[in-house]
Amino acid sequence: MNFRALLWQIVVVAIVVGIAAWLWSNTVHNLSVRRISTGFAFLGREAGMPIIDTWLPYSPRDTYLWAFVVGVVNTLRVAVIGVVLATILGTLVGISRLSSNWLLSRLSLVYVEVLRDIPLLLQLLFWYVLMQGLPPARGAWKPINGVFLSNRGLIVPSLPLDGGQAWVIGTALLGLVAFYFLRCDLLARQVRDGHPRRIWPYGILFVIAAPALLSWWLGVAWTPTMPVLRGFNFAGGWTFAPEYFALLIALVTYTSAFIAEIVRSGIQAVPKGQWDAAVALGLRRGFVLRQIVLPQALRVIIPPMTSQYLNLTKNSSLAVAIGYQDIVSVANTTLNQTGQAIESIALIMAVFLTISLGISLFMNWYNAHIALVER
Amino acid sequence: MAIATELPQMPRPSNRPRTGVDAYPLLRWLHANLFSSITSTVITLLLFALLAKVIAGFVQWGILNAVWSVPGNDTGACRAARGLGACWAVIPEKYRFILFGTYTYDQQWRPALATLLFIALFCVSSLRFFWRRELVLIWAVALSLIGLLMWGGVPGLPFVSQERWGGLPVTLVLATFGLAFGFPLGILVALGRRSKLPAIRSLCVLYVELIRGVPLISLLFMASVMFPLFMPEGFNIDKLLRAQIAVVLYAGAYLAEVVRGGLQAVPRGQHEAADALGLSYWRKQRLIILPQAIRHVIPPLVNTFIAFFKDTSLVLIIGIFDLLTTAKTAILDPAWQAFSIEVYLFVAVIYFVFCFAMSRYSRHLEAQGKRT
Repeated sequence: MNFRALLWQIVVVAIVVGIAAWLWSNTVHNLSVRRISTGFAFLGREAGMPIIDTWLPYSPRDTYLWAFVVGVVNTLRVAVIGVVLATILGTLVGISRLSSNWLLSRLSLVYVEVLRDIPLLLQLLFWYVLMQGLPPARGAWKPINGVFLSNRGLIVPSLPLDGGQAWVIGTALLGLVAFYFLRCDLLARQVRDGHPRRIWPYGILFVIAAPALLSWWLGVAWTPTMPVLRGFNFAGGWTFAPEYFALLIALVTYTSAFIAEIVRSGIQAVPKGQWDAAVALGLRRGFVLRQIVLPQALRVIIPPMTSQYLNLTKNSSLAVAIGYQDIVSVANTTLNQTGQAIESIALIMAVFLTISLGISLFMNWYNAHIALVER
Repeated sequence: MAIATELPQMPRPSNRPRTGVDAYPLLRWLHANLFSSITSTVITLLLFALLAKVIAGFVQWGILNAVWSVPGNDTGACRAARGLGACWAVIPEKYRFILFGTYTYDQQWRPALATLLFIALFCVSSLRFFWRRELVLIWAVALSLIGLLMWGGVPGLPFVSQERWGGLPVTLVLATFGLAFGFPLGILVALGRRSKLPAIRSLCVLYVELIRGVPLISLLFMASVMFPLFMPEGFNIDKLLRAQIAVVLYAGAYLAEVVRGGLQAVPRGQHEAADALGLSYWRKQRLIILPQAIRHVIPPLVNTFIAFFKDTSLVLIIGIFDLLTTAKTAILDPAWQAFSIEVYLFVAVIYFVFCFAMSRYSRHLEAQGKRT
């Protein structure tokens, strides 16, 4: 490294450090003038803020720390379900864009264009106003028996989880994981010795038969609890609050428009010769799509898809605009109540950086998993 | 629902005898595109029924049962039609406020003219003919003119403080100045990220990853709450300017990544040739590398600009009067409170027109790029 390069770096670093030090000293001075104590000690104090819609037990008497945890769980609740739903919807729309049916492909195009070209925040406010415009609980819409849509949100029948149901569901999930690894192993052996093996019976055994047997043995009842109207509200059932529901719809529809374009271009990126070659081998269309085109398309799809997942997660912070209490909303209330601006914003940033990093790591792992293995 | 996953079908052999439906071009088209198989027919009929229902519903609500004007502020007619028909009367009543916010009422031709100037500036910048060095000059002149129009303070144009600005011009100001300052910043950061100097490279990586890892809202919060803490005591700058700084920093990080993509697409030989000519680092970047790199990434740049134009609406959360905030404020008026859907649709159309124009333009550029 020559002398000039070293000098340049020293100058730039000195400037950055100088600015940072200047900002820091200003901040320290300002904080002392305003008598704001720094540090995270406030996290142990009583929060006193109500959080209505939560999966974790919470009362305003709990600490700020617990309020933040509840906020993070609320963020994840929207982000994870949103990512799954947006992927499904986006893939459907993306494939529809390529349909030979003119009406379907045109309508998908309109869907994508309209949703992409209107700010998400505007869409969110729009959905929220629509939710508020729904009839009150007494006149709720009942599309299916036991499902109510009103300005109290969406209420669906719930499944009690305290009578052994959780055990059965857990067994089914475990069976799914076991089946996945067994399948990998069987496929690897098939590649080694060339003998085809039947895989699906194991699937039925692990994922369906074993949990069913357990359910029968434990005598688990699978009757859902129906929500009923009591006074002005509903009792029983699972409630999706209007804020949550509006946020979820807005995030899912908005992101699905972007995912649709990614899926479309991914499928189109697979050379037509691949289709032709597969058809020439006499393979069926569905098989070609699943086994030949999609694996190749996924390599193009995964990286931009990752950034859409990250966007959805970051966009879930718009919740603060309609009063869904995610991490940003909780931090904002904390900031107003305690004046701990730096700490609150640092917490928001730390949470999002961690989530972003987690998604990136997972998607990079998945990307490496499906990457083309070359000699 | 079954989804037709067919890719565009092979052309039919043209030597087949044309009989039946094949004899009529329209029928042939319908058969090929709407009723080619049972699945396709079912999808067509289902979608057609759905579409007819939606369109009929909208026509009923938005046109047939709609209330187009009411006397004064008396929204009785609108309220009577609530749930059945739209109340478009809210738009003529509120459009001045939605578009220009609290800007001095009899001076509102100025923000209107500024908006037109912005649009003219975008149109000029989109023409290939103007992609030359003079464009920077045009931008400088146009932006100063807009500043002069909005602030005034010269004879004939009374001063209007930026606290009174609002609506569409504020959205355009945030987006355009964000681009005008974010773009050079992005270029510098992209160059820094590809630099051989480790300290500079890590600073740039840190900046880009930090900004891209957090939501824009947290940056805006930072600008509105933390910025006053960062500055020396007694020194304070306007809220709009603080938000603008956050937007510039945000845009810089995203644009840097786009530019970096372009830099990576420039072949190594170009660098080596420039070095062989004995050009200095900056001359090499300015004359050889950047012009090629940026040409590569113009479509994604336009896409970033669209994203970014939409994202300016987030300033609503820190209470800056952009287009969305004025719309939301307009319907706080008790008389009109119930008609937010209409106002949101109106604003959505404005956003849509801007973004759709840009996205068409980016599509056009991409098609052009593929042809050459």
